[in-house]
Amino acid sequence: MEFNFSEDQELLQQTVRDFLEGECTAEHVRQLWNTETGRSAEFWAKLAEIGVPALLVPEEAGGLGMDERDLVLVLEETGRAALAEPVISTAAVAAPLLRELAQSGKPGLAEKWLGRIAEGAAIVAVGHGQSPFVSDAHVADLLLLAHADEIHAVEPGSVDLTAEKSNDGSQRIFSVDWTPVGETRVAEGELGRELQAASFDRGALACAAQQLGVGQRLIEMAVLYASQRTQFGVAIGTFQAIKHRLANAKVKVEYSRSVVYRAANSVALHLPTRSVDVSMAKLTASEAATFAAKEALQVYGAIGYTYEEDLHIWMKRAWSLDLAFGTGAWHRERVAGAVVDSALPAESFGYSAPTA
Amino acid sequence: MDLTYTLEQQAFRKEARAWLEANVPTEPLPSFDTKEGFDAHCDWEKKLNEGGWAMVPWPVEYGGRGADLLEWLIFEEEYYRAGAPGRVNQNGIFLLGPTIMEYGTPEQRARFLPKMASSEEVWAQGWSEPNAGSDMANIQATAIREGNEYVINGQKTWASRGAYAHWLFGMFRTDPDSKRHHGLTFILAPMDAPGVTVRPIEKISGKPAFAEVFFDDARVPAENRLGEEGQGWSVAMATAGFERGLMLRSPARFQNTARKLVDLYRKTLQSGAAIDPALRGRVTQCWMAAEAYTLNTYQTVSKLLAGGKIGAEASLNKIFWSELDIEMHETALALLGERAELKPGSPAAQGVGDWLDGYIFALAGPIYAGTNEIQRNIIAERILGLPRK
Repeated sequence: MEFNFSEDQELLQQTVRDFLEGECTAEHVRQLWNTETGRSAEFWAKLAEIGVPALLVPEEAGGLGMDERDLVLVLEETGRAALAEPVISTAAVAAPLLRELAQSGKPGLAEKWLGRIAEGAAIVAVGHGQSPFVSDAHVADLLLLAHADEIHAVEPGSVDLTAEKSNDGSQRIFSVDWTPVGETRVAEGELGRELQAASFDRGALACAAQQLGVGQRLIEMAVLYASQRTQFGVAIGTFQAIKHRLANAKVKVEYSRSVVYRAANSVALHLPTRSVDVSMAKLTASEAATFAAKEALQVYGAIGYTYEEDLHIWMKRAWSLDLAFGTGAWHRERVAGAVVDSALPAESFGYSAPTA
Repeated sequence: MDLTYTLEQQAFRKEARAWLEANVPTEPLPSFDTKEGFDAHCDWEKKLNEGGWAMVPWPVEYGGRGADLLEWLIFEEEYYRAGAPGRVNQNGIFLLGPTIMEYGTPEQRARFLPKMASSEEVWAQGWSEPNAGSDMANIQATAIREGNEYVINGQKTWASRGAYAHWLFGMFRTDPDSKRHHGLTFILAPMDAPGVTVRPIEKISGKPAFAEVFFDDARVPAENRLGEEGQGWSVAMATAGFERGLMLRSPARFQNTARKLVDLYRKTLQSGAAIDPALRGRVTQCWMAAEAYTLNTYQTVSKLLAGGKIGAEASLNKIFWSELDIEMHETALALLGERAELKPGSPAAQGVGDWLDGYIFALAGPIYAGTNEIQRNIIAERILGLPRK
């Protein structure tokens, strides 16, 4: 039993943080919000240089061969920076899905795409049964779409996209009109269901990890503002009414952190508790981030309510991530089903460990 | 990251489980806030100590088992799983013990720790005074050095376990001209010393769980000082860290309550009683929060075992577990309907009265060990870096 990250994992996190602090500023995010695609090929190439899309690609396919325990800290940083690029769909979901398809006897697709993902030359969009929308379909080189118990690998030319207007400018979502056909089907039946479930959990975990970063950043922004803004002749951060709001947000963020890290471990190792662990992570981290958003806004006051101030960039991230890859209602229902509705005893961490 | 138990840890769990199954009293003991219950709990502690399980993480020489903190967490899980009695000497074993380990002289460790482990000496806390509650630096009780003794005068209050405890630890002003947190010294005082008067105070439960303690020229030997003279504040902060952090409230306690709550929900559902639909969500939330507390503790313990330290983070814990404890008990009471009003032992209570007892106890959580408002100030100033003034 050892619940720590390694020095290498922390170093990777720091590398990504340093990179994003320099390159992915609020100004950069705002600029992207105002472009047609909202995405930057140039920026994606830089992310590829530091290895982000390659993390979960196997080494033999040109990737770094890491797992979700390495990725989770990186995703946290992308949330912290409000990064508006398809890291979740391409790096966290598509790469391991293609790897698993290869393991189940579909090596062609993986051979074609994994190397390109790793080098930053391909973006993959993913569609799943819990959402009517597909993120980043407009810049995707490949779409991996769920249909009943099947997964289809679809070329962008064969789908019709309708752009939706997302409240979060960092998010670009589309309704996708497409027709599943035999040639595009890459998994079905039991395998299809398993891969869909695993992919969905990876997406939800990725959202949870980003929410950790979003929540922490919102608190830091509010702390900075409250330390500088004076009223009644003193910094407003000296008032307990301000302190206690931000302390409460900090408690929530810190108490979702280990839940998210545990879920990363469960996903990486395909543990039987994976789905419930992921739902708990998504719920707790989203609740913390959306709570932090509300408290930060109140600390900022009217200035935080303006479009000009950067705060809303992270507030909108917290809200959109809360809905992506399963809403809070959906995940809460999944946990409730496993914990209170099930006839089985609830499996709590540690406590229920086998004695054999 | 490796979230599985080693073979040694599994064997440790098995050994603890076997001993507890064979030795835990089959009937619950009376509350340790009564004299009868206090004595029964001391007897249990004696048995636990003889079995070598009283102080799992302490060094063997002081009556412990020399286990690491992970094994301690495992032991706690098994302890709560077995439904074993509450720890009557928790002020001593979880708070003062670790502080003596850190600040005590070899003589003090040898003198106090083994008798603490066996609960031959049960400890009360002596922090608060009538004018020093949240503002603990306003302590006025004095301990003036005379030769090889300190002469203590003043009053302590809300001394947990004070009604029956044998010893008290607390902070006293050794420099009468000093102000605030300067000039304070951490002293260990026997409750039966001449000049010490104990007046038990009944809690809202009606039981004398804590006490006012009056010192009137009470003399304690200078060797009962823990740490340097005038350094009491730093020593006390270490104790407070243990209190707010993982030692006093191990996660197993809350996981155990959460599991009971899930069982209560299922049974209430099966009984056909009307259930507020919101309660299903609240029960789920409680269970998740207990898991979150556990995972956080495992991560903290891993950090400590890897040579890390915890400081102000203990304040995050204290808020989380104290609020969770209340929420779990409130949810349970909401499930019980009108039976929520029944005290333990009431004919129709059928064993559910413990939830009421637990609720009343939980309500103290955000107050003791430094109110949650104080914890929020600590988080804001020392973790988040908000300005003090």
